[in-house]
Amino acid sequence: MPQDSAITPELKALVGKEMAPTRWEVTKGDIVRFAQAIGDPNPLWNDEEQARQSRHGGLIAPPTFPASLVSEEMTKLVFDTPTPLKRLLNGGNELELYQPIRPGDQITVTGRLANVREGQGATGRMLFLIFEANYINQSGKAVAKGRNTFIRY
Amino acid sequence: MSRQTYFEDVEPGQEIPSLTKHPTTQQLVKWAGASGDFYQIHYDKDFAQAQGLTGVIVHGWLTFSFLGQLLTDWIGEGGWIKKVSVSYRGMNYPGEDIFLKGKITKKYIQDAEHIVELEVWSENPRGERTTPGRAVVALPSRKEPVGRPA
Repeated sequence: MPQDSAITPELKALVGKEMAPTRWEVTKGDIVRFAQAIGDPNPLWNDEEQARQSRHGGLIAPPTFPASLVSEEMTKLVFDTPTPLKRLLNGGNELELYQPIRPGDQITVTGRLANVREGQGATGRMLFLIFEANYINQSGKAVAKGRNTFIRY
Repeated sequence: MSRQTYFEDVEPGQEIPSLTKHPTTQQLVKWAGASGDFYQIHYDKDFAQAQGLTGVIVHGWLTFSFLGQLLTDWIGEGGWIKKVSVSYRGMNYPGEDIFLKGKITKKYIQDAEHIVELEVWSENPRGERTTPGRAVVALPSRKEPVGRPA
């Protein structure tokens, strides 16, 4: 007998639905702490004085900073996915970067569960959840776009 | 600031200077705090083992960020990462070296930008490519000072 689909009707109904936006105020401290957590000493994200002399004219965030600009509703869905598969891993990330993120920026994150599909892995059934996120700054400019694949197994 | 890499200086087939990181459990906690990712498989060994893992594992986003460091070290202040993507295929564990590497696959000019494409990846001490990925970067040209439109 085939097993029930890991894609429950409840989950299917969530595909494509726009999440409520989450707004983040980015501080210099957020950026420096983020760089320190990577252990990345690049002056562009650590040293205001040196960064000011760069073409960016001041401190900017490291490229993967959108990791910290999470959509609250998306995070909730990642951890409380309505599916019988309970184990969770990050499967992959993609970022497109358009503009530097700077201290003082107000970044609005919107997103959606773009797609779900089932597959078979070494440990059995797997469910792939593909999320998309858009990051817009206070001037209405897109600073980044992200895609994150999560695996339930 | 680090030395600047220019479009004219690179060719497909070249490897870029590698980076070695050695994340500790302490670094994973710092990352959890800085990123807001408090999933317990990254700091709670019992929880990680109950999930079928051998122990706590390095956050995918942290390995992704190490690859970001590899790239930004190489492209310098005048370069810009346009797109970067990774798949998490294997586990990286705290207390082990992670080797970050990249190799140039293409270079071309598009919409007046000097574009270089790379294959990037992380390797664990067993030589397994745990996080293969791809990157598209804009480099400055010796004729034009910056790698991205203003």
